Amino acid sequence: MSSVSVKNIIKTYNKGEVKAVNDTSFEVAKGELFGLIGPDGAGKTSIFRILTTLLLADSGTATVEGFDVVKDYKEIQNIVGYMPGRFSLYQDLTVEENLSFFATVFGTTIEDNYELIKDIYEQIKPFSSRRAGKLSGGMKQKLALCCALIHKPKVLFLDEPTTGVDVVSRKEFWDMLGKLKKQGITIVVSTPYMDEATLCDRIALIQNGSIMSIDTPGNIINNFPKALFAAKADNIYKLLQDLRAEAEVESCYASGEYTRFTMGHGQLTTDNVKSRLIESGHKNLVIKKIIPGIEDCFIRLMNS
Amino acid sequence: MKTLLFILQKEFRQILRDKTILAMMLVAPTMQLIILPLAANFEVKNVNVAYIDHDHSSYSQKLENKIASSGYFKIAGSPGSFKEGLELIEYGNADLVLEIPAGFEKNLVRESNQKVNLSVDAINGTKAALGGAYLVQVLADFNSNLDVNIKSPKNQIAAPSAKISVESINWYNPRAEYKYYMVPGILVLLLTMIGGFITALNIVKEKEIGTIEQINVTPIKKWQFILGKLIPFWIVGMIVFTIGLTVMYLVYGIFPTGSLLALYLFAAVYLVALLGLGLLISTFADTQLQAMFIAYFFMMIFMLMSGFFTSVDSMPDWARTMSDFTPVTHFIKVVRLIVLKGAGLADVGTELGYLAMFAVVLNGFAIWNYRKTT
Repeated sequence: MSSVSVKNIIKTYNKGEVKAVNDTSFEVAKGELFGLIGPDGAGKTSIFRILTTLLLADSGTATVEGFDVVKDYKEIQNIVGYMPGRFSLYQDLTVEENLSFFATVFGTTIEDNYELIKDIYEQIKPFSSRRAGKLSGGMKQKLALCCALIHKPKVLFLDEPTTGVDVVSRKEFWDMLGKLKKQGITIVVSTPYMDEATLCDRIALIQNGSIMSIDTPGNIINNFPKALFAAKADNIYKLLQDLRAEAEVESCYASGEYTRFTMGHGQLTTDNVKSRLIESGHKNLVIKKIIPGIEDCFIRLMNS
Repeated sequence: MKTLLFILQKEFRQILRDKTILAMMLVAPTMQLIILPLAANFEVKNVNVAYIDHDHSSYSQKLENKIASSGYFKIAGSPGSFKEGLELIEYGNADLVLEIPAGFEKNLVRESNQKVNLSVDAINGTKAALGGAYLVQVLADFNSNLDVNIKSPKNQIAAPSAKISVESINWYNPRAEYKYYMVPGILVLLLTMIGGFITALNIVKEKEIGTIEQINVTPIKKWQFILGKLIPFWIVGMIVFTIGLTVMYLVYGIFPTGSLLALYLFAAVYLVALLGLGLLISTFADTQLQAMFIAYFFMMIFMLMSGFFTSVDSMPDWARTMSDFTPVTHFIKVVRLIVLKGAGLADVGTELGYLAMFAVVLNGFAIWNYRKTT
């Protein structure tokens, strides 16, 4: 049995004008670290809010650990931990007061489940008498994670937990998620950062409320249908324009100092393209084949 | 039940931690209760009179002295013409112009009849009406005591004409002091602020900061959350009410002549009604600013329609009906009745019914609407 199951969920806002979630279905297995990857406004938060019983879908069904999100919302509230994208703990209460408040409303205590949060809580313990509002961004996230974990949930929903957090804290955070996964907790996490996608067991690439692809990050990369090339020259902007003008180049976009492109089905090879580019006056031209990343897959799926 | 206790513990922690709000709740009402009744006063005093004397006789001189010594009027000047007098009004230096025509004394003595001209600045309606009326009274009094009226030409004192004189006694407020009327009213307004405003703001704050999201994914039930918000402010309200009564006694020497128990019973029910209003506002507002404006809107209506400033009995019929639908009206009435008149619970049963009705309707509507939103 899957831990989280979403079937044909549709959610619209403004009386149907804005489609936030468009006929979406996916399953998350028990103990899996599942990532919802997509840009801002893709519908990630709406899906989270439906699964945590905060929002009602227009149509479709969803279950968490076998409980229906509409009918059995009371059971779900006891077994899920939710960390919203925006820090939403009591800023005027201290770290410890926040934690013990959320522990008590779930009918437990900090001591009972201390093992689960120990690794994370140890890091913010020196500040346990500081008010939550006065913590740094990374520490706020750690506290929010502690509060979402304090009742030992079976499923953990993390909505963009690393947005606005520095690189070091982001890495630490993902390490913690790895440890939690080992404890058997199902984790559903959303992120706009493509580089974090590879840290998940499986990911769903989501755009405009629709899921474009669900698979392991490895499979998604392996399923990239074509060879991907990267080109570099002195005049990057002209290179991009020239490549776009080239009939044999199928798609082309800038990525860092390189311009990435794929070839169409015609007879010409990259060598032909290269010689034409040199003819049109590009200096220090380098073209090489590269392994695609999640981002390349996302852009390809988005354009198709 | 245990959950509710934890929520209450959290709420009290937050209330006690926010020093500004705490001060606003406890110190500000005390200050207001001390300052407002001393300053706010509906008695009309210090009416500035421009006295234009074209006669310059002993009579006109006497009249001027009489006006000046009445205690209500100040002679703002003695301009030479009506035009100059009107200028004083235009510049706001005088409220009334009294013009004594030439031949004032002569006409009074010879023809027993003389008209004087009284012009009133009516921008401030109350001051104009009362000031004018006072001055007319002074004139009437002056008139009845004139030599020509009480002395015969041969210097014999004539028998006074029969007239009714009125001796009045002010019940419940012997010296007709304004503070006795104001202080209980202000006490009610303070309680209204705590009940209506602060509860609404507090709940909306949870919406605004997003903490309500986190609460909604916990097993906390709606009634626990709502009670967790209402109980602390109910308690704070009762404390403020007690402080208010103490200030009333210590500063103004007013001690409720009626049943203290009845007074507290009313405060308790009234607070429940007002907390319901605050809760209702919070279900409509998404931000604290919105809540503030909605609460302010109700507050203005409450203040002006409740009989706090002006008597409800002299309002037009539609306004009186509206006033009946304002909880403040009933509580102000009751507080005045109990504190000043010594009313017992039996005398104010109707009002208690009204307030209980408000409590049920407002809270019911609020809870119904709260369910709908989330």
